[in-house]
Amino acid sequence: MRNVFLFIRRYITFISFVLLQILALSMLFRYNKYHRAVFFGKANEITGYINSKYDNVDDYFHLKEENSRIHKMNDSLLNLLPGNFIKVDTGSHLITDTVGFDTLHMVRKYLAKEAKVVSNSINSQKNYFQINRGSNQGIKDNMAVFNSDGSVVGQIVGVSENFSQAMSLLHVQSTVSAMMKKSRNNGKIEWDGQSPLYLTLRNIPKSDSVVRGDTVLTGINSYNYPPGWMIGTVAEIVEDKSTNFYVLRVKPSANFQNLQQVFVIENLQREEQVVLDKTTQKKVDELNKRKQ
Amino acid sequence: MNGVLRNIIRFIFFILLQVYILDNVPALHRFIIPVIYFLFILWLPFSISRFWLLVIGFLTGLSYDYFTVTPGLHAAACVLIAYFRPFIVNILIPKDTSEFNYSEPSAKAMGWAPYAVYVFALSLLHHGYLLLLEWLEVGNFLDFLIKVVATTAISVLLIFTAEILFPRRLKYRTNTAY
Repeated sequence: MRNVFLFIRRYITFISFVLLQILALSMLFRYNKYHRAVFFGKANEITGYINSKYDNVDDYFHLKEENSRIHKMNDSLLNLLPGNFIKVDTGSHLITDTVGFDTLHMVRKYLAKEAKVVSNSINSQKNYFQINRGSNQGIKDNMAVFNSDGSVVGQIVGVSENFSQAMSLLHVQSTVSAMMKKSRNNGKIEWDGQSPLYLTLRNIPKSDSVVRGDTVLTGINSYNYPPGWMIGTVAEIVEDKSTNFYVLRVKPSANFQNLQQVFVIENLQREEQVVLDKTTQKKVDELNKRKQ
Repeated sequence: MNGVLRNIIRFIFFILLQVYILDNVPALHRFIIPVIYFLFILWLPFSISRFWLLVIGFLTGLSYDYFTVTPGLHAAACVLIAYFRPFIVNILIPKDTSEFNYSEPSAKAMGWAPYAVYVFALSLLHHGYLLLLEWLEVGNFLDFLIKVVATTAISVLLIFTAEILFPRRLKYRTNTAY
């Protein structure tokens, strides 16, 4: 304490100088509009800068919550996409009146559920990943799985109560109907089991003018995948003179290495479509037999 | 005349001179603004303590500030020159105090050259700091420099005019063994 007093006594002039300067400047900034504005402007700039730096760090700790929140939000929006609905033709029952009722009865065809990947592999020939939704949450076999960007990553092949197993596109037995975005020509996506960075697209006729960078979407020849969703882009056109079809190397737009949040999309009319397919086959077979 | 009373009168005189005469002179140029009120601080006696010098400097600046409605602006500048005054005086006055027995800084007491340095240095400090606070940025540095130098020059000119026109009856110190 004594030292403090000694210090104050020794530097009394300097201390009083500083105090008077502070007093003068505080008056200056308090009572003068221009100085006040400039001072607060500068102060705001500085505190704003520090706040934004702090916020950058702080954001990092909320990323996970934020991410799952956004994913849920995406899920709810995904279910509102018009592509999920099909029109049911009610025209035969319709009497057009002068009153313009909205008679477009839309029926939901595709339903999305959000899920999280709990395990994932890309290194084997047959790659699977597991998600944290199972039959209790309404997951069934053959549902399509998309990543959070809306790119195809695979389809469900096994379901337990709370988890389900999905076959990744990086699976040598995986076949997905695909089409070129430009020409709507349909082909199929496969994987040769070599590089996880490339898929193979076959059955696009050579009459189609394919160039590198063309977008490949899910095709219409599928009961599992809703059409028009992103698969990837053409990375390389492989010359194959023996056939009339291209062999295209496709760079998937989904990054299989860091799959985290996914959507599982159900075709609600799959059963009907499959049954129709089978009965048609049966009828054709019967017809053939009768001919013989 | 009592030294304190003399300084009080001088204080009132300088403030009124600055406020009612110099501030009302039509500006010759935007860079040339005659300022002389701080001569009061320059003319305070040598014997005054540093602390009181600061307080008086603050009050002088503040009094003028209340006339110009910029509280704190001139007070800050005056506190600054009041703080630096003793240092500059110590450098400029002869160390041998037996020959030096004037009570206040003046041309006669210090000699013309040291007095000129004293006035110039403190004016420069005052105007530089004042302008910096007034603009709160150096902005165009050349403008800043020109304005500080021009204002300092006119101040020095005014101070020397005052020195020549109104020779002060210099009081000798009674105690030469300071």
